[in-house]
Amino acid sequence: MAETLTHTDTHHDHNEGDAWDGGKQPFKASYGKLMMWYFLLSDAFTFAGFLIAYGALRIAMPSWPIADKVFSTFPGGFHEKPLYFVTLMTFILLFSSYTMVRAVQDGHREYKKGIVVWMFLTILGGLAFLGCQAWEWSTLIGKEHMTITKNPFGTTTEAGTYLDPELGSFEVGHSYLLHKYHAPHAAHDDHGHGHGHDDHAEDHAAGHDDEHHLPGFTKTDATYTKPGDYPYAVVNEDGFILHKYKVTSGEDAGKTKTETLGPKAFGALFFFITGFHGFHVFSGVVFLIIIMVNVASGLYVKRRNGYEMVEKIGLYWHFVDLVWVFVFLVFYLI
Amino acid sequence: MGHMTHEESVKSATKWIIVLAVITICEVLFALLGKGYLIEGVEVATWIMALVMIIMSLVKAYLIVYEFMHMKYEVPGLVKSVLLPTLLLVWAVIAFFWEGADWNKRRTLIDDKNKETVETVRTTGQTGELIKELEQ
Repeated sequence: MAETLTHTDTHHDHNEGDAWDGGKQPFKASYGKLMMWYFLLSDAFTFAGFLIAYGALRIAMPSWPIADKVFSTFPGGFHEKPLYFVTLMTFILLFSSYTMVRAVQDGHREYKKGIVVWMFLTILGGLAFLGCQAWEWSTLIGKEHMTITKNPFGTTTEAGTYLDPELGSFEVGHSYLLHKYHAPHAAHDDHGHGHGHDDHAEDHAAGHDDEHHLPGFTKTDATYTKPGDYPYAVVNEDGFILHKYKVTSGEDAGKTKTETLGPKAFGALFFFITGFHGFHVFSGVVFLIIIMVNVASGLYVKRRNGYEMVEKIGLYWHFVDLVWVFVFLVFYLI
Repeated sequence: MGHMTHEESVKSATKWIIVLAVITICEVLFALLGKGYLIEGVEVATWIMALVMIIMSLVKAYLIVYEFMHMKYEVPGLVKSVLLPTLLLVWAVIAFFWEGADWNKRRTLIDDKNKETVETVRTTGQTGELIKELEQ
């Protein structure tokens, strides 16, 4: 045994360039950075799987919600502002990528104060993005009643005229958002005193509720109080008001039809894909905070590797921005 | 990045963030134009829109990976081992979209078949007698 060991040692001394001797960096990158790249590659495949599923299901459906109609609200009660809000989100993420680059650059010159400041700005960007996403989600869920199984956004495949005269007629590919009727609130019933159902209905008709500012909500809609079949619409068990229309194009011209909920997969795909991305942003923010604190405490100075940890979280953060480029492309632009 | 001074690398990052912002603005304007929001009556065919958007997004992806993630400065082996596997996605996209288009075709076919009506044909002979018997 001893002999063998000696032999190995000799071998080692004579071959300093041997790849198995350790201390060498394949691809001239540190272990941590290389593994971050491979993690990001695998993550890219996960996102690609999600986005390809979206594309395949979208192609498989005869109609699909039109993105610039779905994502057309802006904080402050603005409607019909296609792509405005999501463009804002894109810019927030893009500029947080820039502040991250600056943090990494200050890392290269070992300028601690600069790193902390730029990382702090990056964290603010990440939080602002998450805030925007929270607002977008709460609008979709709370006001527009989209869930992972119910999608109130639809697109017609034929032209027609609504029976409700307030709504008029529409072309092929017309985009609609189904609204819910307002059941008299239980809370109001409890209060009771002098605040009857009729008053309440009038409140709604007068447009006190923000939801009634949503496009396509009519005066007749405000009168529905329970599910059932009405002259202008059907109110289904979930409370969605499905307007009736007379088809004026295609094979079914002349028939009267009722609006249907949009493609079911849309809600699940939207919430899972943007949610998975948002989760990446969230974890990114958590790691950014940890690393920023470590930078500030001087931990990385001892490592003398040009703040490589900042570089690694930088790679991750840029990747999150990179994924958003494609989420933005498939969900909002096309 | 030993070959760039701090000032040079800051300048480079600032340049590319502006380029990325400009491309994003172009994307949004083109999306709005293509769907007829900017100029009344002007719309662009969906496939041209999709093509232009995909190209612009790929340019953005290239800039983020090469400039911000410093792929530009990595050795060729690393670049290849990270980027070449993503080419597999090209086939994934083609295969799944092909499949999706086929689902659509089948769905349409079933819808069309459901709309078809069959008129009862009165035949003579044994079959005709059988139909009459069944109807009674």
